[in-house]
Amino acid sequence: MTLLKVNNMSKMFGGLKAVSNFTMEIAAGELIGLIGPNGAGKTTAFNLLTGVYEPTTGEIEFDGQNVIGLKPYEINQRGIARTFQNIRLFSELSVIDNVKIAYHSHVKYNLVESILRIGRYHGEEAEIEEKAERFLEIFKLADKKDEISKNLPYGEQRRLEIARALAAQPKLLLLDEPAAGMNPQETHKLMDMIRWIKDEFKLTILLIEHDMSLVMGVCERIYVLDYGTIIAQGTPQEIKNNPRVIEAYLGEEVH
Amino acid sequence: MSKLQNTTKRDLLALGGCAVIYAIFQGLIGFGVIGPFWELNLILIGINIILAVSLNLITGFAGQFSIGHAGFMAIGAYLGAVATVKFQLPFIAAILVGAGAAGLLGFLIGLPTLRLSGDYLAIATLGLGEIIRISILNTPYLGGATGLMGIPRYTTFTWTFLAVIVTIFFIKNFVNSSHGRACISVRENEIAAEAMGIDTTKYKVMAFTIGAAFAGVAGALFSHYFYIAHPASFTFMKSFDILTMTVLGGLGSITGSITAAILLTFISAALASYPEWRMVVYSLMLIILMIYRPQGLFGNKELSLKLFGRLTGGKKRDVA
Repeated sequence: MTLLKVNNMSKMFGGLKAVSNFTMEIAAGELIGLIGPNGAGKTTAFNLLTGVYEPTTGEIEFDGQNVIGLKPYEINQRGIARTFQNIRLFSELSVIDNVKIAYHSHVKYNLVESILRIGRYHGEEAEIEEKAERFLEIFKLADKKDEISKNLPYGEQRRLEIARALAAQPKLLLLDEPAAGMNPQETHKLMDMIRWIKDEFKLTILLIEHDMSLVMGVCERIYVLDYGTIIAQGTPQEIKNNPRVIEAYLGEEVH
Repeated sequence: MSKLQNTTKRDLLALGGCAVIYAIFQGLIGFGVIGPFWELNLILIGINIILAVSLNLITGFAGQFSIGHAGFMAIGAYLGAVATVKFQLPFIAAILVGAGAAGLLGFLIGLPTLRLSGDYLAIATLGLGEIIRISILNTPYLGGATGLMGIPRYTTFTWTFLAVIVTIFFIKNFVNSSHGRACISVRENEIAAEAMGIDTTKYKVMAFTIGAAFAGVAGALFSHYFYIAHPASFTFMKSFDILTMTVLGGLGSITGSITAAILLTFISAALASYPEWRMVVYSLMLIILMIYRPQGLFGNKELSLKLFGRLTGGKKRDVA
């Protein structure tokens, strides 16, 4: 079953074509990589998928419905969650509050109930607390739940960002360079974690990554982006041997 | 579950504490220990607490820098007075009318202006406060430049205290709910909040509306104590006064706002005989604070019940 279908998407910034003719199809349960040299337009593509930018042309269909023109929060509520290349935590808040905020769109109690602390308030707050704690346990952050999130070491901040994205209960998770700034050991652990959360939460994952060992290691299929256009797609093996990909990364052969 | 039930228990305990404080002050007023001058200042303290805490919701929690709070206070003061003077409605109706009108205006103005951020929003709200004041100044129905006179003195210590308690509990419970966390996430990182499914515009406007409504309550209390509502009481200097309290107490700390409102009102009362020194002392305090504690007295922390109980033996106007 196709979860995400992008057809001919493009984005112009003035005269600059940041993304053009971007076409992609992701089936539910897949783990897809999006790679490309610096400035190829990967993050722009993510921003288009999550509603930060509106595409100049093209169609995006998620779960059978058109999502173009929706605001980022509406897209999140439809089931696409993301992390950011440059971590964007709620940095002055505690670790657990970061996760709790992601539950917000699933909260049913209204303003009056929260002011008077009646009705569904206590039950749902207890549930949020419990679920958030469970998430932190999964991501081995439970002992730091009251820590201010900006004080966490870098790797843990990345983990917290993933935990927060998952707390929104998405169907599709977009990870923007999850391994940035990690050493090979941490990257390896991250690979295992990505595989594990995909199975555990029955997720579909699309990730941008520069670390080839990670991309080749976990992704089932890879799209390669260069100058805003998809130049190749296929299994890691196919991508490794694709001359256009090699050219994009290493430059043309001298004749 | 039990942990959350505890928050209600703590609320009840805090309410009990408030009742004790009320009884003490009311007793002192009744027996004449607190004379008219200090009773006036007690009421001013109450009004200032409402103003500082409500501005803290907008500026401290939702992170929207507003310097037009006096404008909303003016709306509450005038429309509350219209309710009692022109329509002979009871005081409670005047308070509700003031709150409703200020809240409605906050909502209508918040929708377009909250697209702005930082300095731009500050300038827009500054202008907004002035527009409200000048409009009132030029409305004969509201008394124009002479002010609206003949307002009955309905505001008592009891009314003020009650309004303060309602304000504090309302805002405290709000910021400790998921709706409040949504507002705080807007302050922390708007892009991330939006990506986490939070309708940032809605929560900015919500905080602005609630804050404005409580400023309206403070305004109604104000005009029904001084017999008169005058445009000169609601200049941008008043907005700065309120902002000073909020920043001094700490953005994002309700107990901080309360403490700062008490402290600053007390200082200005104590300096009442030396009005020329008032602003000097005020300014000096702010300069010293900004050098040594730029995050305000309490930062974004709350004075907890436990700590407060230990220090003062059970006084509480705190936050769960």
